[in-house]
Amino acid sequence: MAQADAGALASPAATGRPERLRTADGVPLKAALRRAERRRKIAAFFLVAPLLFFILTFFVFPIAQMMWRSVDNPQVVRALPQTLEALQGWDGEGLPGEPVFAALHADFMADMERPRAEQATGPLAVRLNYELSAARSAITRTARQVDGFTAPYREAFLDSHRLWGDPELWRIIQREGRPLTTSYYVAALDREFDSAGNVVQRDEGRRIYVPLFIRTILLSVAITFLTFALGFPIAYYLSILPMRYASLLMICVLLPFWTSLLVRTSAWIVLLQQQGVINSALVAMGIIGDDGRIAMIYNMTGTIVAMTHILLPFMVLPLYSVMRTIPPSYMRAARSLGATPWTAFRRVYFPQTLPGIGAGGVLVFIISIGYYITPALVGGQSGRMISNEIARHMQQSLNWGLAAALGSMLLVGVLVLYWLYNRLVGADSLKFG
Amino acid sequence: MVSKLKLLGIGTAASVIALGAAQAQAQESVSLTIVSWGGAYTASQVRAYHEPWMEKNPHVRIINDDGSANALAGLRAQSQAGNVTWDLVDMLPSDAQLACDEGIILEIDHDAVLAAAPDGTPPTEDFLPGSLGDCFIPQIVYSTVLTFRPDAFPADNQPSSIADLFDVENFPGRRALQDRPGTNLEWALYADGVDPDDIYDVLATPEGVDRAFAKLDTIKDHIIFWTEGAQAPQLLADGEVAFATGYNGRMFDAIEVEGMNAEIIWDGQVVEWDGWVVPAGGRNLDAVMEYLYFATDTQRLADQAKFISYGPARASSAALVGEHADLGIDMAPHMPTAPENYFSPIILDNDFWSDYGDELRERFATWMLQ
Amino acid sequence: MALPAYATTKDKVWYYTFRVICFAIFFFLLAPIIVMIPLSFNAQPFFSFTREMLTLNPEGYSLRWYRDFLGSDSWMRSIRNSFFIGILATILATTLGTVAALGLSRSEMPYKGAIMAILISPMIVPLIISAAGMFFFFSQIGISGTFLGVVLAHAALGTPFVIITVTATLVGFDQSLIRAAASLGASPTRTFFKITMPLILPGVISGALFAFITSFDEIVIVLFVAGPEQRTIPREMWSGIREDISPTILAVATLMVALSVLLLVAIELLRRRSERLRGLTPS
Repeated sequence: MAQADAGALASPAATGRPERLRTADGVPLKAALRRAERRRKIAAFFLVAPLLFFILTFFVFPIAQMMWRSVDNPQVVRALPQTLEALQGWDGEGLPGEPVFAALHADFMADMERPRAEQATGPLAVRLNYELSAARSAITRTARQVDGFTAPYREAFLDSHRLWGDPELWRIIQREGRPLTTSYYVAALDREFDSAGNVVQRDEGRRIYVPLFIRTILLSVAITFLTFALGFPIAYYLSILPMRYASLLMICVLLPFWTSLLVRTSAWIVLLQQQGVINSALVAMGIIGDDGRIAMIYNMTGTIVAMTHILLPFMVLPLYSVMRTIPPSYMRAARSLGATPWTAFRRVYFPQTLPGIGAGGVLVFIISIGYYITPALVGGQSGRMISNEIARHMQQSLNWGLAAALGSMLLVGVLVLYWLYNRLVGADSLKFG
Repeated sequence: MVSKLKLLGIGTAASVIALGAAQAQAQESVSLTIVSWGGAYTASQVRAYHEPWMEKNPHVRIINDDGSANALAGLRAQSQAGNVTWDLVDMLPSDAQLACDEGIILEIDHDAVLAAAPDGTPPTEDFLPGSLGDCFIPQIVYSTVLTFRPDAFPADNQPSSIADLFDVENFPGRRALQDRPGTNLEWALYADGVDPDDIYDVLATPEGVDRAFAKLDTIKDHIIFWTEGAQAPQLLADGEVAFATGYNGRMFDAIEVEGMNAEIIWDGQVVEWDGWVVPAGGRNLDAVMEYLYFATDTQRLADQAKFISYGPARASSAALVGEHADLGIDMAPHMPTAPENYFSPIILDNDFWSDYGDELRERFATWMLQ
Repeated sequence: MALPAYATTKDKVWYYTFRVICFAIFFFLLAPIIVMIPLSFNAQPFFSFTREMLTLNPEGYSLRWYRDFLGSDSWMRSIRNSFFIGILATILATTLGTVAALGLSRSEMPYKGAIMAILISPMIVPLIISAAGMFFFFSQIGISGTFLGVVLAHAALGTPFVIITVTATLVGFDQSLIRAAASLGASPTRTFFKITMPLILPGVISGALFAFITSFDEIVIVLFVAGPEQRTIPREMWSGIREDISPTILAVATLMVALSVLLLVAIELLRRRSERLRGLTPS
């Protein structure tokens, strides 16, 4: 670095003919500068490289791999290669013919030759069951009987499980007999394939995810608005106080900020339960009867109240840092020019706080749209959000492809917002405390 | 100087020996990760099985993982990754059958790996009829029961049946139900007048399913859903709900041990097995099989009933069930299978649930969210 | 900002209403945290104030939930785990993050925007998605259910905070100081430890505190990636809230609040020190 600087000392601006300049070693100055520049670039990059490698390996790659699951579809191809080949000419009407059933038999028999840990029918049964209920028992039950089957295989299969006589199952095998699939995204958008293979919307009663995405967005909007409505006055108040008092009152904002999320969530459970502090106080004051205790938790109210409390500091801090920089003289000038307090506030003060509102709003919105813990603990059924549904598919229903599809949609949404945020305020302008 | 060096040498030698000894010990010692349901249930297993086993085998350390609620997910993830960290898993027979079909748990030859009854009856005859699975070793018979807070209702109008759960007119208050279709759909039909023996025939028809959901609709606005076994008694104890469905053992524990003010309604109890499975590809297979032989013998199964009110899965254990280890109360009347409790049981049909489960789970999930 | 003498009645009403509203909001922020503290000394296993507590009768108060907490093996182990994981994750995140921040704040750093976006992403991506990704990946490479897995995951979550705080300190950093040191014959290493480090130290420490609290408070990753041996305090609280909310949770919560007060003080002191130091730097 010191050498590069020495080379740069002969400033090109000092002379009229820069192209003739050379360093003490006789290298043209331009080349020397370029080399020095490159060396510095590499040096800077080497400082960043370890972290970049770490984040790419342990953060970006796992997420990309998880997203890959939303289109990855190896099960049918692996388990039924001969059947898929035999199915190639099938038109999707009625039942396929004997050659297909013979190929199916051959596929089952071939699978039984494999060691137990590598058998493909188990994963196949799980995979087909996402598309058609009872497909799992059709596959596993047949797999247990299949070595006793004799030609004609068509009758043998139809006897072993009713589903083999359902053209729908065969259409699904044909459709999913490809290494990549869109069916998880189709399901995540509350759509399904009809018998002609077109994507159609599901019956009203079976739509889950789109309404849940909408609810998640509405809840996040409501929480963002509430944090703004509560955050704006106190941020303003803190910004007009003398520094000494402001720092003191700032503790009210920073203490919750630094307190464990689970501590704050349990605090709200303590307050809002039926036997909790608020209900007991209301009963003791005679405002409600002992049997009229209000249900404030394990529903949407619980989610909104607790999350507003948890996210309020994320709104107050950016607002406060912007408001601190607005000179009070602007408002006084507006007043002295005859504006009413309201007009002065609306036309002069408020527009200057917009960067803070934008920063705080997008931040709160991004955090709340992907929130998991608080809705899971205090949200009950009506306070569930999309993250809870992703967790359910990860851990309980075990439809990992669907979880990946829902997660990818959420992730893309958040990244778009992040990009907007970046455009608005710049990511590195985030401040804490 | 020389003496210092000598000391150093001796010190080094000593530490090398100590290290070697520690390593020798480490080679022998085994940690078994046993996955179960947590709370009072795991506690009963710790006292009836784990503690006596570790006392006999000081080199074994048992780590309890409360992962049974998501056992199938864990087994699949570990098997897909080829990194099986669970040694033994407590799970429901329907999930065990799925895992067995997928080949991610081991098939069990019960007579070969389990202890015979004291009188020599082989395990396949000693375990209660219908309880064994290809990969499944039953431990207990448990039931899902309805429980209520007596103080939520006037003394002259206390609920006594499953029908009362669906009667919000006479029995107002919130209800805590499990967030899955099993038990809830059976009860909806039972409360709607279907005979316990016919429930699964009705539920196998689309009209029957619609009928069950229509019945559930009548109480939907009053339901809080719970996920894990321990939440149900907690919601009751906190007074969040007037009724809660829950596992009879947890309810026993909350009422008798913790002193919760609640009563069990045995009407329409849904009876099921619960037991062990062995993940394929586990690292400590020998140690696990030794433990299993011990933990599923006649005496151990009877011992578990000293700590929690679940019935042992072996016929030969029934006679040995005695008093609660801490409370000294007779456990027999608290068992789901006690004659005075077993008057209108619904036996959970695992074949039905493996055939129709996914469809109904999906519909139930949609229904919950609407 | 007191009211001027010429304020009208309307101004006065507004002045006081506004302050009442503000204090109500401050109350909303603090009350839930404050309320737990006396309840954690409740002699009864309830979440409401008993008559004895309200009349300040000593009978109504006890330390039984603190004894429960201190006497519980699983809580004690969770404390050890939380600190062990938190400290290792912090060291890893701070080291990698500080070095990277030094590179990022050089003007000649190529692809700065894109790299910065990648490095900040752990803070932006919803935790459930990170957790799901790590759940699969860590099982594959055999580190799920190990301390190593949780430490790596938490370090990844903590690095953005280190980057942000350290680059913020470097914004006001005068590069000519480094040239001055070099021209006086100091080696780059010596320059780093004698010149750069003392100046960015407040940023590094507050970044480290953020990384630590991120790990210390993290639960979603722990739920998906950790095994029974790595149960941390939040994990233990999660079970506690879902299974039995006894006032033991409140005792733990009270101690955690005390810890956050300590952290808050530490951050404030650092901020002041940083401002003082930077005030001395010529710019």
